[in-house]
Amino acid sequence: MSKKSQKFEGDPNTTGHEWDGIEEFDNPMPRWWLWTFYATMIWGVLYTVAYPAWPLINGATAGVLGWSTRGDVAAEIIAVEEANAPVNAKLEAAELAAIAEDPELGSYAVSAGSAVFKTWCAQCHGSGAAGAKGYPNLLDDDWLWGGSVEDIHATITHGIRNEDSDDARYSEMPAFGRDELLEKQEISQVVNYVMSLSGEAQDASQVEAGSVVFADNCASCHADDGTGDRLQGAPDLADAIWLYGGDYATLTETVTNSRYGVMPAWNTRLTEAEIRAVSSYVHQLGGGE
Amino acid sequence: MSILDKHKILETNATLLLIFSFLVVTIGGLVQIAPLFYLENTIEKVEGMRPYTPLEMAGREVYIREGCYVCHSQMIRPMRDEVERYGHYSLAAESMYDRPFQWGSKRTGPDLARVGGRYSDEWHADHLRDPQAVVPESVMPKYGFLEEKKIDGRYIGDLLATNAMLGTPYTDEMIEAAQADFRAQADPDSDYDGLLERYGEDINVRNFDGKPGVSEADALIAYLQMLGTLVDFSTFTPDASR
Repeated sequence: MSKKSQKFEGDPNTTGHEWDGIEEFDNPMPRWWLWTFYATMIWGVLYTVAYPAWPLINGATAGVLGWSTRGDVAAEIIAVEEANAPVNAKLEAAELAAIAEDPELGSYAVSAGSAVFKTWCAQCHGSGAAGAKGYPNLLDDDWLWGGSVEDIHATITHGIRNEDSDDARYSEMPAFGRDELLEKQEISQVVNYVMSLSGEAQDASQVEAGSVVFADNCASCHADDGTGDRLQGAPDLADAIWLYGGDYATLTETVTNSRYGVMPAWNTRLTEAEIRAVSSYVHQLGGGE
Repeated sequence: MSILDKHKILETNATLLLIFSFLVVTIGGLVQIAPLFYLENTIEKVEGMRPYTPLEMAGREVYIREGCYVCHSQMIRPMRDEVERYGHYSLAAESMYDRPFQWGSKRTGPDLARVGGRYSDEWHADHLRDPQAVVPESVMPKYGFLEEKKIDGRYIGDLLATNAMLGTPYTDEMIEAAQADFRAQADPDSDYDGLLERYGEDINVRNFDGKPGVSEADALIAYLQMLGTLVDFSTFTPDASR
């Protein structure tokens, strides 16, 4: 093994490490690199002094700037709330029906309501408010519990058939089949009658018998002509708009086992101003009365 | 320079290098992790936290088994946009009975830390069966099979006992009554006074999936409907420096 150094004239010093004759130059670090390195060390120390960092016995150091994530988000929320406070106060003080007539307040309510809707309502009623099976379409003028802005406001505030609010809208259709209030044949007859109200019955021969069953069992809520009753949330059965479906099988299921659509009460989650905003938004979607 | 000269001993001795590397990493770990065990402010005191009921616990197991955490986080970060969308930012105390915690790190779907009470049971059942039926733009897979799979809570007492061993305050009575409580919570016609006595008056007792018997969907919906609803924020004052 040769120990002879391969060093040439003008080469930097070696580190003294040597492996099988291979030696390592001891080149100095570039200046810019070294100074950046020292700067980051100083930055690191200052940073832990300025911001929360070092764990001690009862807690971590708070940092001389007094910054905290929670303080930050609280301050940001307060700033936004304060900025919106005047217009929200105006919104809360206004008559519900008058909101839309004030162009400035109305446009604020609709944009704020649109944001509330997309966050809290879209999951059931759809991001475009067209609803889904079992979740009402809010774009049309077929309302279960009323389509005036006051009615919409009351529905959103207290919800429907929930346990959150004592003022929740409540009604319950009997499960005519499950609880054996009607015979299978009677259900078939009344389903055919209901289908005949908005178009064609599946079996026209049953319609007449069905009308008797309807008058005895259904008319008290859905009205004699089947147009429903908004005070009880009883749907209009004559307008060919169906919440769960208007075909024979779905209607049979509805009459047999009933339906029990639930909507949460929003006064526990949203502020009055937000509820008023989203009421205004829903009201102007197309079906508002 | 003498100590730096000795560095060569470490560099030329693999075992020593390993031992000393381990020591260095240990110090780093201790500084970062150890204070969390003794600092009083790691988990702040809040009103309302309770251990999961047996049915919720079973739902949590389904949640973990189906990998819900892969797409859903349970951690509302302290940022204005998150607080406005999901509700109050999550507190450490809210996951103190979670083993393992379900904070997650990815949101393909929304955060679920405060999903409890936000939708109806029926919505959850519809949504699990066919997510696109209620949210057309959703990419969530269908979980309709959960409502077909009936469970009897045979092992739920063992699960509670395991959690009790790890420090969750389940009493012997709770563990003994686990299977009965499990059934009672999914059946509003049952005698569920004992369940309320053991876990509190605010327990949801409903037939969550709307079908007879206790299914995995019942358990999962019971779990989801409880998420984020336990802490009483009216009695909570955030300490800004935490």
